Amino acid sequence: MTVINRLSSRRRGDEDVVERIPDWMPRSAADWLAMVFMLIIGILTIMPIVWVVTTSLRTPAESFTVPPEWIPRDLYFGNYLQVFDEIPFVYQMGNSFFVTLSTVVGQLTTATLAGYTFARLYFPGRDVLFWVVLATLMIPYQATLIPLFIIISRVFGLADTLWSLILPALPTAFGTFLLRQYFLQIPGEYEEAAMMDGANQFQIFRRVYLPMVAPGMAILAVLAFNGKWNDFLTPLIFMNTTSRFPITLGINDLQRYMMTGSISVVLAAIVMATLPVVLVYVFGQRYLIEGLMVGGLKG
Amino acid sequence: MASETTLGSGRRNWLPAWLAGDTVQGIRRQRMVLGVLFLLPTLIGLIVFVLAPIVVAVALGFMKWNVFRPPEFIGLKNFARLFQHELVGNSFSNTFVMMAMTVGMLEVFAISLALSVHRFARSRLAYIFRTVWFLPVLLSGVSVAVTLSYLFHTDFGVVNYYLGVLGIDKVPWLVSSDIVRFSVSLATVWRNLGFTFIIYLGGVSALPQEILEAATVDGARGLKRLWLITLPLLSPTILFATVIDVIRLLQFFDEPYVMTRGGPGDSSRTTVMMVYDTAFANLEFGYASSISVILFLIILAVTGFQFLLSKRWVFYQ
Repeated sequence: MTVINRLSSRRRGDEDVVERIPDWMPRSAADWLAMVFMLIIGILTIMPIVWVVTTSLRTPAESFTVPPEWIPRDLYFGNYLQVFDEIPFVYQMGNSFFVTLSTVVGQLTTATLAGYTFARLYFPGRDVLFWVVLATLMIPYQATLIPLFIIISRVFGLADTLWSLILPALPTAFGTFLLRQYFLQIPGEYEEAAMMDGANQFQIFRRVYLPMVAPGMAILAVLAFNGKWNDFLTPLIFMNTTSRFPITLGINDLQRYMMTGSISVVLAAIVMATLPVVLVYVFGQRYLIEGLMVGGLKG
Repeated sequence: MASETTLGSGRRNWLPAWLAGDTVQGIRRQRMVLGVLFLLPTLIGLIVFVLAPIVVAVALGFMKWNVFRPPEFIGLKNFARLFQHELVGNSFSNTFVMMAMTVGMLEVFAISLALSVHRFARSRLAYIFRTVWFLPVLLSGVSVAVTLSYLFHTDFGVVNYYLGVLGIDKVPWLVSSDIVRFSVSLATVWRNLGFTFIIYLGGVSALPQEILEAATVDGARGLKRLWLITLPLLSPTILFATVIDVIRLLQFFDEPYVMTRGGPGDSSRTTVMMVYDTAFANLEFGYASSISVILFLIILAVTGFQFLLSKRWVFYQ
């Protein structure tokens, strides 16, 4: 009886279950153990985030006092204002937005085009090129950084410009591979149907197949946004002028300026700098989490 | 365009005759032209920004170059130097120690979380937990490092305050050269757990229920079932996640750089920090390249070794 209840109560839309146990209720010792473990990790995960937000709202005098105040009392927004005095915050956020959005749009463009070719546009030599693209996935980014810096500054003359952060990020072997898999999942019959209607190959790509890989594009967009927005080492090497820094470098500077000052100001900057990623995540999370789970299956 | 009733009709005309879509050859040529055009941005980009740089990196590894004078070929001198350079060896061992601690904690916690949450798979609660655990992934390494270095402060840190409440003495998290590697690893686990967890959640959701139920009927329960049935079934995902995490963590930079700048002393200096300092503080581009080439080879070797070893423990259905 309990077994039946257990099974059916976890399925939605079962009207005939008489006794309904809420599906989050632990039912065995192991369930309780799991629940306690999940709660502990959950608390350890959320506490530093809560601490960042509440401490960012404390007055400078109390910013570093323990015990921490988990429920903000003073709601002092002066720290947020002070961020704008310490670093060129508006510029740096603008730079991060420009670099990140350009990278996302650029990666979506290059990866859908290349992914579609590797999935559906055969020409002699194409499959060799596909292995070349896959092989570049094995090259660690860090190992290429010094020559990349030389190429960007000497060959392109782009050192200390936002383009130096965007251009190298446009080709993406990972994104190409991801979107190729998505294009491969779509049956070829759509192409035949479109050709009956007189569509040429570009129209088949643009109007038939491209709209159908939107979930894959969403995953790439969220990952690219998150990665580029949070990028630290590349701008640390490529950029010199403070007003051209992305916000990650700004926070790094701010922490050093505030060594003796109020940490609440640094935390206020972190809150503001993280908001855009949180927003993107809220909109993209369904695609992202499901997509990453599928990625795990292919191991 | 808006008045078109079928896809593409009316567009047919402006294509040259040799690309016309009404013959098999024409379609084949369309595909070829389009395919080459579509691949160009990615191929050119990868050649200029990935393949050329790695070739140059290897070449620079054999040269002496301090930017002011033209590069000079010096054979294997850089490599001979780095093998005797104590700081370099130290950075490799730091990187390995921190990688091992971080990956160890990440995999154990992530598998446990995935198996735990799977017990409540369809509930709202599982969704809430999943979202909470993923939050730190959204933060940048810099933000996490800054935040946790405040929390880990020996005298004013929140962590030591609560340990004090429990009667534990102050732990010098970031100022003791024995503990600092562990503290930085903890910070990294905190930021990456959500990501690794999601990969395992995918693996756990795909476990074949028939086999698990059959095992239960046959009397496999508790830890025995976990060890003999569940984990072997999960082993392909374990390999995938471990390989990804090892590769990422051997290139460790943001957290140790921001939290400790490599200190105290050089006790948390990683290889990538070493490359960064050698190239951009000392301007020894050739020597720095030789270190990064060795790191590259080590990553390749470790990954290859993991796959080789996996033949012994990974179980494919």
